[in-house]
Amino acid sequence: MFSEFFQFTFSGITLGAIYALVALGFTLIYNASHVINFAQGEFLMIGGMGTVVLVGAGLPLPAAMVGALVLATVAGILLHRLAIAPARDADVVTLIIITIGASIFLRGLAQFFWGKEYHALPRFSATESLSIGGATLLTQSLWILSIAVVLVVALAVFFSRSKLGKAILATSMNKDAARLAGIKTQVILGVAFGISALLGAAAGLIVTPITFTAYDVGIMLGLKGFVAAAIGGLGSSTGAVVGGLLLGLSEAYTAGYISSDYKDAVPFVIILAILFFLPNGLFGSRAAERV
Amino acid sequence: MKKTILMSPYGGLLLLTLILALMPLAVSNDFHYDLLTKICLTATVAVGLNLLVGYAGQVSLGHAAFYGAGAYASAILTGQYTLSPMLALLSAAAGVGVLAWLVGRPILHLKGHYLSMATLGLGVIAAIVLNNEEQLTGGPDGIGLPPLSLFGHELSVFGEYQFAGLTFTGVELWYLLAAAVLVVAVLLALNIIDSPLGRALRALHGSEIAAQVAGVDTAKYKLRVFVISAVYASIAGSLYGHYSGFITPTVASFEHSIELITIVVLGGMASTFGVIIGAAILVLIPQFLTDFQELEMVVFGAILMAVMIFLPRGLLPSVLQRLQRGAQ
Amino acid sequence: MKTMLKNLAVGAVAALGLASLSPVAKAEDPIRIGSFLSVTGPAAFLGDPELKTLELYVHQLNENGGLLGREVQLVHYDDSGDASKARTFVTRLLRQDKVDLIIGGSTTGATMAAVPVIEQARVPFISLAGAETISTPVKKWVFKMPQSDRQAARRVLTDMKERGLTRIGLISGTGGFGASGRNVTLEEAKAMGIEVVADETYNPKDTDVTAQLTRIRNTDGVQAVLNFDFGQGPAIVTKNYKQLGIELPFYQSHGVASDSFLKLAGDAAKGLRLPATALLVADTIPDSDPQHGVVTGYKKAYEDRYNSSVSTFGGYAYDGFQLAVQAIKQAGSTDPAKVRDALESIQGYVGVTGTYNLSAKDHMGLSYDSFRILEVKDGHWTLVE
Repeated sequence: MFSEFFQFTFSGITLGAIYALVALGFTLIYNASHVINFAQGEFLMIGGMGTVVLVGAGLPLPAAMVGALVLATVAGILLHRLAIAPARDADVVTLIIITIGASIFLRGLAQFFWGKEYHALPRFSATESLSIGGATLLTQSLWILSIAVVLVVALAVFFSRSKLGKAILATSMNKDAARLAGIKTQVILGVAFGISALLGAAAGLIVTPITFTAYDVGIMLGLKGFVAAAIGGLGSSTGAVVGGLLLGLSEAYTAGYISSDYKDAVPFVIILAILFFLPNGLFGSRAAERV
Repeated sequence: MKKTILMSPYGGLLLLTLILALMPLAVSNDFHYDLLTKICLTATVAVGLNLLVGYAGQVSLGHAAFYGAGAYASAILTGQYTLSPMLALLSAAAGVGVLAWLVGRPILHLKGHYLSMATLGLGVIAAIVLNNEEQLTGGPDGIGLPPLSLFGHELSVFGEYQFAGLTFTGVELWYLLAAAVLVVAVLLALNIIDSPLGRALRALHGSEIAAQVAGVDTAKYKLRVFVISAVYASIAGSLYGHYSGFITPTVASFEHSIELITIVVLGGMASTFGVIIGAAILVLIPQFLTDFQELEMVVFGAILMAVMIFLPRGLLPSVLQRLQRGAQ
Repeated sequence: MKTMLKNLAVGAVAALGLASLSPVAKAEDPIRIGSFLSVTGPAAFLGDPELKTLELYVHQLNENGGLLGREVQLVHYDDSGDASKARTFVTRLLRQDKVDLIIGGSTTGATMAAVPVIEQARVPFISLAGAETISTPVKKWVFKMPQSDRQAARRVLTDMKERGLTRIGLISGTGGFGASGRNVTLEEAKAMGIEVVADETYNPKDTDVTAQLTRIRNTDGVQAVLNFDFGQGPAIVTKNYKQLGIELPFYQSHGVASDSFLKLAGDAAKGLRLPATALLVADTIPDSDPQHGVVTGYKKAYEDRYNSSVSTFGGYAYDGFQLAVQAIKQAGSTDPAKVRDALESIQGYVGVTGTYNLSAKDHMGLSYDSFRILEVKDGHWTLVE
């Protein structure tokens, strides 16, 4: 009985940790520019596929990982520089479509140059799984979870302590005022996109031992990440992690206790219910609309 | 600048009708008619969605759910309950309207990205239901539909029909039907935009709070336009189902929802004729891109980004704006 | 109207057989084979090897002088797994490109969406998709290369029964392949006296299915587990199966019959069984086996050309293409009706997938024992005797 419950919980935590990492990337870009970046999932793909391809090209695993992270960061900065910055005065929906275009573009490139096959990466720890209370937990899930926590803390410190972080926050709160205060807002936004891409690629890299990777994994992971970010309240790092875990756990419990057919639908029902009572998500700020 | 009749909305309708009527002259085979029919039906959904997104400023990322609901309701009502296709189409539209009213009431309180999120969620749920309820929907492998029938006359894509001494193929008649539906859809949309509802929507798009302060019952108007746009989608979905004769749950998928919103934004939000151009482009582009083979996605993504970056207000409005500037 | 008259004229000419009266003029025209496959999208691992196979053999055929002295041209469109796109592209193949024959439809949805258009146009169509509905009931112009999923289910269940396993757990994907596989497994199991005591599903894009597998494991009396799906989902199921330490005999469907599955699942795949064609064990198949020559030949040609390993799915395209070539040769022309009749009369064609005996009553032509049961040993597929 309990072992079952533990197993569902571990399954949910594994899923949730993955979603949480994706959601963090959304949060960062949303905070900086109020753009929902639908290409976020593609950064995960670049992290995972990039590593696989570089390993295939003969690089040792750690070097391949660094290479993939750099590649994704560059892609993130370019995305901002070439696609988002030139359209900065455009409508929010227009920006969404631009990021959708970017995601199709990046996916297409990956498919063309890296192929369509699925690939795996080795797990980080020698031990595959731990047995707790009659249930098994993958060591990789622990890696994902702890890295997610480290990243949340690091982001919090970054935004509250570092000059760069504060500049990003200032830019997100009021672009014009930030510019008047001498902040180069476009550079700052570029940095935010770069960091977000780095974050996404790191996530993509560490989840690959569990999820596998291919040119099109970004679609599903990106979608789930957006959902997690929205439950948590867009713009809140804590919210992103809580939202991710909530989404993962509700999927696992639904599959375990209710029906695996409706596993993907039940979380959305929960989310709609949450939004009904908390229209700004769990941790979202109640931003007043400007008249 | 002089305002000619063609620049006015109803002049535009006249021009559209003229273009649609002359299209057969430019067409050389049944495949072209197939594309034209698809463009007209897709444009019908887009014109409806544009009322919601372009005029009222409410972004829906789940609109394909209504399109899919219409198509599947027609399939089930004609297949398992042997209703006539027209009756099924109307019942489906009414049912989808009620459904939109029910789900719209709670979710339209949400704003911005949260509304997008909620509509996306509804869309995903709808797609899952269609996929899972195999007894009713045929599951992921899809379900067939009978040909449409109008007043007791069957309209099959593969048939041949005599009217006043002329012979028409089913494909040609289907195009005429779809074109007529589009013209009516545009006419209704133009009327709505001109009505008090339309004015309220535009106020709402500008600033919801300001509209509220000015005494506009924003919730009521948002809900109304949500229902209207859902009914547009349902009718187009039913027609597409009969036209194609076979549908799968992809008609209600998240990807299809994204395609619909892309059509609206690409063509030009709040531009009824712009979104028709958007629909034409999105239907035709995959046909032109087949030459790129493996690079199809790259080219499509690049085109999408480029248009939105350089013409952020959408194709038609941006081009018209430049023409106006040039004329001055 | 203009187009209709043109169609009528073409139809009348074809009907009178006038076309064959001018062979000199026709010899110049290439034979056009149309194809629509899911080369991108969720079913890309089906469409990709299928297209590669078609391109390889069309090229080879032309190198060797073509067919009936004419060049063979492949006109291909990617439906990306979307039934609605498939229908549009088939319309294009038929109305604009005027192809002589169609090989395609990686997925059942795409195939079924194309069938009404093809039946009406009266052009022979060889489908590469799995579900039974494609060829049962028989549709005049539609042929199908893979064994039906029902045969796969029956093959697995027979093997289970021989091992005395009569209470099983089923886990399937919610995509077309998995859902159809689940249905036929439930039906066949009932007919064979096997009880499906647990029945779970997952989304093909899921990254963790331990919750579903835990439910199966905790079901009383379950003796074996079958996973019916294709793509990367089954690799995740296999990994989770090992992670949970489930010791019960484990079966997969023919949907993962490729080396790339083994690469993904790694040592977790050890000991699992599945129904597959001889292609996967081409290296170890005895010389006396009738399929020996054809499977080793296809495997070598494909792997030399593309530097990636063969899969069952590319094999369907190989068989489809060879049957089309044989039928056109036999018909002596590309006249659709004659080619169709020739296809229907093909007996004893030994292909990569199995030995085809087509007839007016059977447009698929394979028997269920064309499936062989394979087991994973030391990271390789091996034949279970």
